[in-house]
Amino acid sequence: MKYWRVPLDSDEILVEKGIIHIIENRCKGCGYCIEYCPQHVLVFSDTFNAKGYHLPTVNTDDCLNCHYCEFLCPEFAIFSIAAEP
Amino acid sequence: MPSVNKTFQADKHPLEDLLRVDRLPHIWCPGCGIGSVFSACLRSIKNSGIDYNNFAMVSGIGCSGRGAGYINIDSFHTTHGRAIPFATGIKLANPDINVIVFSGDGDLCAIGGNHLIHAARRNMDITVICVNNLIYGMTGGQVAATTPHMYRSSTTAAGNPESPFNLPLLAYAAGATYIARWTMLHSRDVSDAVSEAIGRKGFSFIEVLSPCPINFGRRNKEKSLDTLRMYHEKSIIKNNATPAELDIEYGKSIVLGKFIDIQKPTYSENYSRVHNPNDE
Repeated sequence: MKYWRVPLDSDEILVEKGIIHIIENRCKGCGYCIEYCPQHVLVFSDTFNAKGYHLPTVNTDDCLNCHYCEFLCPEFAIFSIAAEP
Repeated sequence: MPSVNKTFQADKHPLEDLLRVDRLPHIWCPGCGIGSVFSACLRSIKNSGIDYNNFAMVSGIGCSGRGAGYINIDSFHTTHGRAIPFATGIKLANPDINVIVFSGDGDLCAIGGNHLIHAARRNMDITVICVNNLIYGMTGGQVAATTPHMYRSSTTAAGNPESPFNLPLLAYAAGATYIARWTMLHSRDVSDAVSEAIGRKGFSFIEVLSPCPINFGRRNKEKSLDTLRMYHEKSIIKNNATPAELDIEYGKSIVLGKFIDIQKPTYSENYSRVHNPNDE
């Protein structure tokens, strides 16, 4: 994660990491999660699912488990869970 | 390479216990915002901590009206415009049930407009979530009572000559005691508003703007992501704003927020005071 300055308590605060799960057969490729991920973790993949929609895929390791993709997804197709620290 | 779990199929979405999973994927088009509003609503139900048996969801006809078919609690898919009368009946028969009406603008405010204003006037203790996509989406994109002036639809190809409803003002004038407006992009705020509405007594009206990429966006040169960017850039959050200032106009910013939150005796309370005065 990029900071414009390192916070003074950065060694005390535990920044949670998230693992993104995508339920492939529900995705309709609207791109909301990709556009509005605050950490820009997701990108469109080259592969597609059975219905022919391009899925999002995880590009970087920066997910902070904010759940915004899960909140915004109209298809109940993406969610994140906290990674083991 | 990032360490990512690639075998996703076996995992469960956190809202899976509230969804009829066998019916998914749902009918809503790619880029439609109704699913996000529905997800926010389900999240509020889940976070409320109330037993799912104490909820009922009612919806009418239309794209948003399919919501009742995807929730795995007691739900009713009613006739066109009559979601609020069904909800009223449920509430009067069993006042312990939290009744949520999840329906669209055409269902609640055009064909069901009278039911909306009279439920607000009586202060029925129900939560109304009105998904406003500014058009009759399911029937082919005809002009709706909420289509803003000069926006195109399949029946107004040169631009809508009419003025639209200002739904918060309508609900306020009719006597609703909780009025909020958000967009589907503000999904945490939608979720908070629904939680607040479930937790309070009285008629709660939550208008949620949502893109319709197929029937509204296509004719107005707006892809669903353009609509979301417009929500992002042109929305102003102004809590306690005067409802008369909340018109949605072409090219102007949209005012969002919680506008009204007042306490009034509900219909059930007034009814029992009049008819069963000895119960208290």
